[in-house]
Amino acid sequence: MTTPNSKNAERLARVAASLKKRHAAEKRFRFFGVLASLLALSFVAIFFVSILSRGLPAFWQATFNLDVYFDPAIIEVEPRPVPNPGESPADFQQRDYAWQSQVGMVNWNRILENSLIALRPDLEDERRTLRSLFTSGERFALRDRFIENPDLLGQTVRLKLLADANVDVWIRGNIDRDLPDAQQQLSPRVRELADAFFATDALQMNFSTALLVNPDSRSSPASAGLGGAFMGSVYMILVVLFLSVPLAVAAAIYLEEFAPRNAITDLIEVNINNLAAVPSIVFGLLGAAVFINYLKMPLSAPLVGGLVLSLMTLPTVIIATRAALKAVPPSIRQAALGLGASKVQTVFHHVLPLAIPGVLTGAIIGVAQALGETAPLLLIGMSAFVSTIPGGPLEQSAALPVQIYLWQGNELRNFFEGRTAAAIIVLLALMLSMNALAIWLRKRFETRW
Amino acid sequence: MTNWMLVAVLLGVMAVAYHLGLTRSRVMARAGNARRAAMHSRPGYYGALVALWCGLPAFLVFAVWNIAEPSLIRNAVVTMLSSEAGTMTSQQVGIAMQRIESIASGFGVAGDVTPVEAAAAAEMARLQAIGFYTKIALVMAIVLGGLVFAYRRIKPDFRARNHVEQIVRIAMFLASGVAILTTVGIVLSMVSETLRFFSFVSPLDFFFGTVWDPRFSTTGAAGGGYGILPLLSGTLLVSVVAMTVAVPVGLMTAIFLAEYATPRFRSIAKPVIEVLAGIPTIVYGVFALIVVGPFFSSVGAAIGLEIRATSALTAGFVMGIMLIPFISSLSDDIITQVPRSLRDASMGLGATRSETIRRVVLPAALPGVVGAVLLAASRAIGETMIVVLAAGNSPVLQGNPFEAVSTVTVTIVNQLTGDQDFASPQSLVAFALGLTLFVITLGLNVVALYIVRKYREQYD
Repeated sequence: MTTPNSKNAERLARVAASLKKRHAAEKRFRFFGVLASLLALSFVAIFFVSILSRGLPAFWQATFNLDVYFDPAIIEVEPRPVPNPGESPADFQQRDYAWQSQVGMVNWNRILENSLIALRPDLEDERRTLRSLFTSGERFALRDRFIENPDLLGQTVRLKLLADANVDVWIRGNIDRDLPDAQQQLSPRVRELADAFFATDALQMNFSTALLVNPDSRSSPASAGLGGAFMGSVYMILVVLFLSVPLAVAAAIYLEEFAPRNAITDLIEVNINNLAAVPSIVFGLLGAAVFINYLKMPLSAPLVGGLVLSLMTLPTVIIATRAALKAVPPSIRQAALGLGASKVQTVFHHVLPLAIPGVLTGAIIGVAQALGETAPLLLIGMSAFVSTIPGGPLEQSAALPVQIYLWQGNELRNFFEGRTAAAIIVLLALMLSMNALAIWLRKRFETRW
Repeated sequence: MTNWMLVAVLLGVMAVAYHLGLTRSRVMARAGNARRAAMHSRPGYYGALVALWCGLPAFLVFAVWNIAEPSLIRNAVVTMLSSEAGTMTSQQVGIAMQRIESIASGFGVAGDVTPVEAAAAAEMARLQAIGFYTKIALVMAIVLGGLVFAYRRIKPDFRARNHVEQIVRIAMFLASGVAILTTVGIVLSMVSETLRFFSFVSPLDFFFGTVWDPRFSTTGAAGGGYGILPLLSGTLLVSVVAMTVAVPVGLMTAIFLAEYATPRFRSIAKPVIEVLAGIPTIVYGVFALIVVGPFFSSVGAAIGLEIRATSALTAGFVMGIMLIPFISSLSDDIITQVPRSLRDASMGLGATRSETIRRVVLPAALPGVVGAVLLAASRAIGETMIVVLAAGNSPVLQGNPFEAVSTVTVTIVNQLTGDQDFASPQSLVAFALGLTLFVITLGLNVVALYIVRKYREQYD
C-alpha cells in the first residue's frame, strides 16, 4: 500500500529535480531564437546603413558656380548653316557636321579658365593648373550648350560646372590629407587652389543631377551618370512587360482553367517549376548561344537583354498568376456555368477580373526581378562601356545593375565607391517602390471570400 | 515607316470587319422568325470571327514577308554589283551596300556617286518598290478574301462563338508551350556547344582534371588545363559557408517567429527580413566587397589569422545572408502547417515548449525543412554576382575558406565576356560548365520538390 505512493513521490522528486535543467534548456532555446531573429534583423540594418552612408553623400558633388563669358574673341565660328533649297539631306548634314566640328575646335578650356581668372586675376599665369580643376567633360558640355543655342555668343551666363573627380575626393576628405605629395592624386598647387576656391562661394558641394541624367563616362569621371543605364533598363523592362507578362498570363490561364490532365500538361507543369529554379546565368548562356550566336542579334542591345529576362521571369509570373486564379472560389465558376456561360466566357468575364490584383502583383514582382538581374546580361555583351544614352531598344546600352558592376571595378576607387553606392540606392529605390506598389495593390483590391 | 502605316491600315480594316460582321448578324437576327432562336451566338462573336479571319492570315503573311524581303533584295543587288564591279571582299561589299542603301532611300551620300553605285541603287529602289506594292497587294487580297469568306459564313446556325473560343484556346496553349521551348532551347544549345567543346578536350580531362588554366583564346589550339574539379571545389566551399550561415539563423528565426514571437513582433520582423530576399545579387556583391571583406580581414589581422578580403568566407557569408529569408519563410510556412493537435498533445503531457518543438514539431516538419534547405543549396550553387565580386577568382584546388577561390559560375562569366569567339574551346568550355551547373541544380530541385510534395500529403 505504501509502495505506489513512495514510488510516486520518488518520481515527482525526480521530475522536480530535472525541472530546473529543463527550464534552463527552454530558456537557452528561446535565447537562440531571439538571437537568430535579431541577427537577421541586424543584417538588414547594417546593410542599409552602410549603403546609405556611403551613397547619399555622392549625390552632392564639388561644383563651381561661375559667370561664364561666351567670348566672341575665342569662339570664332560662322553662323550655323541652314538648308539650301534643292540640297540633298546628306549634303546639308555634312555642312552641319563641318560647322559642329568647327565649334568643337574652339578652345573651350580657355573660356573655363577665364571664368576663374575673372575671380582671381593673379592666376593669369597658371592656366594649366586652373584647367585641371574642372572635370574634362565640362568643356564638351559648354560646346553642346553653344551648339544647341548659338545666340549665347557674347553673353555671360551663370553656370554650375563640375569640379574634377580628384578635387571632389580631396575636398570631401576621402583621401588622407597628410599623405606625402608622391601618394596624392593632385599636385600641391591644385590642392591649395581647390581649398582657396572652396573657402569662397566659387566652389561648393552642390546637389548634382549629373549622376542621374548623364551617360557613363571614362575620361570625365565626375560627370559619369546613370542616364544611359537607366534608359537601357527601361527598354528591357518594356520588353518584359509586353512579352513576358501576356505570355505568362495566357499560359497560366490555360494551365489552371483549361488544360486536361494528361502527360503533356504534366510535362509543362514540371517544366515551369524547374525553370523557376534554374540559375539565371544559364539563361544568359541560352541568350549567348541562340540570340547572339545563332540568330546574329546585336551585342549589348536592350532588346536581346529583354528577351533573355522575359524567358527568365516567365515562370515567376506564371506561378503567381496561377495562385491568383486558384484563389477565386469555384462557386463563381459554377454560378457562371450554371447560367449558361461557356468555359471561355466564365474565365474571361468572371474569374480573370476577380484575379486581376494577384496577376498584377505577380507581374510587378517579375518585372522587379528582371530589373535587378545582372549575370545573364554580362553574357550577352551588356558589360561593354557605352558612353551614350540609347535612343532605341536596338542600340548599345548598359543596364542599372550592370552599371553598378562596371563602377565597382573602376580604378578611381575613392571616387567611384560613393558613386557605386549611389547607383545602388537608385536601383533599390526603384525596386522597393515596385514592391511597395505590389503590396499596396494586393491590400487595396484584395477580396476575402 | 510605311510598314507601320500598313499595320495601322490592317488594324483599321479589322475594326471595319468586326463592325460588318456585327451588323450582318444583327440584321439576320431581326429577320429571323420568332419560333426559331434567331442566331447561335451573340453578335460580337460574329464580328470577332470576321475580324480574325481578316487580320490573322494577313498579319502572318506580312511578318514572313518582312523577314524575308530585305535579304532577298540584298542578294539580288549584290549579285548585280559583283557582276559589274568584279569580286570584292565581304567588307567592301558591306561598305558599298551601305552607300547604295542610302542612295536608294533618297537620303543621298556625301561625295560623288559612281555610275555602278547609281545603277545598283536604281535597281535596289526598283526592287524595293516592286516588293512594297506586291506586299500591299498580297496582304490586301488576303484581307479581302478572309473578309468575304467569313462574312458569307454568317448564318443563324453558324457557331461563331465556338470558333472564336477555339482560336483563343489554341493561342493560350501555344503560350504555355513557350516554357517547354525555353527548356528545349537551353538543353539543345548547351548540349550542342558542349559536344563541340568535347571535340577539343576529352570529357575525362574536363570532369577529372585538377588544373584549371585555359590560356588565351588567340592561341587557337586547346592548350592548358580544363579540369573542372578546382571550380567545383570552390563552388562547394562557398556553398558550405553560405549554408552554415543561412541554415541555423534562418531556421531559428522561423522557429522563433512561428512559436514564440508576439503577433506584433512577427508582423514587423517577417516583412523586414523578407526585404533581404528582394535585394539584387549585384548589390550583395558590392556589399561583400566594400563592407564585409574589409571587416573580415581586419578581424583576421586582430586575432592573428590571415584572411583575405575577397575569399570563400566573404562570398559565402554574404550569400548566407541572402539565403536567410529564403530558408526562414519556407520553414515558417512548413512549421505553421504542422497541426495544432500535435503541439497540444505534447504540451498536455508536460513537455516544455522547446521540447515540443524539438521532439514533435521539427520531426513532423523535417521533410519540408530539408526540401527548403536543398532549394537554398541549389540557389547557392547557381549564384553568380556575389562570387564574381567577392570570391577572389583563383581557380586552385584547395580547401581553406580564408583563401580566394573561383566557382563554376564565375568561370562562365570570365570565359564568355569580352570577345566572343564561339569556335574556340576557351569560350565553348562555358557551355560545358553551364550544362554541369544545370544538371546539378536540376537534380537538387527535383529531389527537393519530391520531398516537399511527398510530405505535404501527410496532413491533407
